[in-house]
Amino acid sequence: MRSLSALVLVLLVPTSSAAQQTQELRWGGDAEGGAPFVEADPRDPSRVVGFDVEVAQLLASGLGRQARFVQVGFTSLDAAAARGDFDVGLSGIEDSPARRSRLAVTIPYYEFQEILTVRTADGARYRTLADLAGRRVATLGATLAYDLLAAAQRDHGVVPVTYEDDVHPYSDLTLGRVDAVLLDDVLAGRGVRRNPGLLNQPTPVGVGHYVGVLAPENAALRDSMNEILRQAMRDGRLEAIFRKWKMWNDDQPALYARLVGDGAAPPETASTASTTNSWEAAIRYLPALFRAAGITVLLSVLSMALAVIIGMLLATGRVYGPRPLQMALTAWVELIRGTPLLLQLFVLYFGLAAVVQLPAFLAALFGLGINYAAYESEIYRGALQAIPRGQLEAARTLGFSNMQTLRLVRAPQAFRLALAPMTNDFVALLKDSSLVSVITVVELTKQTSIFAANIGSWVLPGAMCGAMYLLLSLPLARFARRIEKGWRQ
Amino acid sequence: MIPVLEVFDLHVDRDSRPVVQGVTFAAQRGERVALMGPSGAGKTTVLRAIAGLEPRMGGAISVCRPDSHVARGGDSGLMTPTAQIGMVFQFHHLFEHLTALQNVSLAPVHVSGVPRAEAEAQARALLDHLGVGHRSDARPRELSGGEAQRVAIARALAMKPLLLLMDEPTASLDPARRDELAATVRTLSTDGTTILISTHDSAFADACVDRVLLLHDGRIVREGRPADVVS
Repeated sequence: MRSLSALVLVLLVPTSSAAQQTQELRWGGDAEGGAPFVEADPRDPSRVVGFDVEVAQLLASGLGRQARFVQVGFTSLDAAAARGDFDVGLSGIEDSPARRSRLAVTIPYYEFQEILTVRTADGARYRTLADLAGRRVATLGATLAYDLLAAAQRDHGVVPVTYEDDVHPYSDLTLGRVDAVLLDDVLAGRGVRRNPGLLNQPTPVGVGHYVGVLAPENAALRDSMNEILRQAMRDGRLEAIFRKWKMWNDDQPALYARLVGDGAAPPETASTASTTNSWEAAIRYLPALFRAAGITVLLSVLSMALAVIIGMLLATGRVYGPRPLQMALTAWVELIRGTPLLLQLFVLYFGLAAVVQLPAFLAALFGLGINYAAYESEIYRGALQAIPRGQLEAARTLGFSNMQTLRLVRAPQAFRLALAPMTNDFVALLKDSSLVSVITVVELTKQTSIFAANIGSWVLPGAMCGAMYLLLSLPLARFARRIEKGWRQ
Repeated sequence: MIPVLEVFDLHVDRDSRPVVQGVTFAAQRGERVALMGPSGAGKTTVLRAIAGLEPRMGGAISVCRPDSHVARGGDSGLMTPTAQIGMVFQFHHLFEHLTALQNVSLAPVHVSGVPRAEAEAQARALLDHLGVGHRSDARPRELSGGEAQRVAIARALAMKPLLLLMDEPTASLDPARRDELAATVRTLSTDGTTILISTHDSAFADACVDRVLLLHDGRIVREGRPADVVS
């Protein structure tokens, strides 16, 4: 279900219209979500397995079609459904008023409970969200659990920490980076099995449902699917699927009874009154967006400062150092420039967690700073080497040491040459800082995507977020131009 | 009397090609000497070797005065040049980010430890003396060729060198400026500074030096008074 990488928007979108002619049912899901939802078959990674795969096959056979899987990042499933990238999205997608207002949504095919997971030692201390005032509680962004946590933040002062995947909340709980995890019982069960020393609190925090999502114009197809699902509830085929994946429990027959009974009403889903009015929602989200923009600015400024310092050291070492040092530093710069920032962030935050547990903000700061230092060092090296040799020789004949020549003659002029590309890099860093959401730092882009998921549209949140980035980057460019002009006079 | 500058059997190779092949000469305190000869004769290289800017050299160079002695030679390579030798480059090589005044006062402050106010006062006096006092606050790119050269001379003189090296100082000057420079060079040596100039401008040499060394293919082929050598 849940994607590690919200950045990979649509990995695979079938472009041929032949799909319809051969009577395929294209269904969208995220294989990164893992078992029991959708995952690559360990024995044949070209195939996917999971209960959602079998629900899709059930729907396809009911429609007389062939099921075909379309990989889509979890956070993009709604948008991809609305665009018509697939016929139906099935990937542990939660029912919510926002989804219903934007998409055609099937009847629920599974009922889950939101479960609070804590370390065993804290079992008596943290029983409910109210016990967790001032504590960090992990969940996935853009989920019902997140909405519940956001409400608990207002009511009890709980601090929500959002993850992009469903594995690290539990490992970070074990490490002590967070004090609880709120996720559905399917994930909570798996989290406790995989991480000894964790415990699921028996009282559910909320109830939710998995549904299929379709483009709004596909209401007729949705209705056929509802009929197939109801039939499968009656004849036990759905039960067989969930029994196979060890997800069957007493909540399901109760859900089915409500859905297949006469005058079947869709069940109530716990929700925190998500408004569907975008403007109202925008005003509600504005303080959070400003706070997130503050994080973005703070993180960018500190990372850039770090990048400048490390970059200067790298450049100085590469210009003045002995040959082996020059080679080592060149190799380092190429290593950092040649691997994705995203990977470096994962390694710093999750990979090194066994050795050193960096707080998320520090890991983000180091990750961005070290990554950009490699680019800065190249700028400074070029700028240092652009200072005419004659000036360095003149400094030498005047009796300056190498260090004095660097400090008084070479570096000040190199800095003037470097300013324009540095400004450019800072603007790039400002935007790249959005990547740190993968290690739970909620900055401007992440807050926007939470906002967008909440109201089910990217139009207004996207415009607001874009405007904020522009407001941050434009003055910077002006500031740099003013300094350059000052130097020219 | 001990000469201020002694060069003995100087050899310099560049790209494994000999550029200077056994140059030997000396210069006395307050003496003005010109290195002359066609392009490629090795004039500039001899100056650079004396200034400590040529890593691959053989032979011996010594610069001394009664209270101290600086020597470099053999394969010792690039030694730390001392402020006893000042050099004025053909293309000035002023520090582009500093004003004329700052160019002149930078080394006294940071190398000799002269208090800034004192160094700036001395720099101002030097610039005035060289006729560019009114350009103290100008940046190098705002200076004319002649002005930049005077600032470069002031920068070298600010360290009170025993020996002043000037590489092709007339290259970017018109005839009127050239005559002014010749007059300046003559006054500089009156306080005891030894001056060694590389030039191929015989009129200039005639106007301001005591002695000419004529170089050809990295060797001194003639030596004498300007009027005798340049013919």
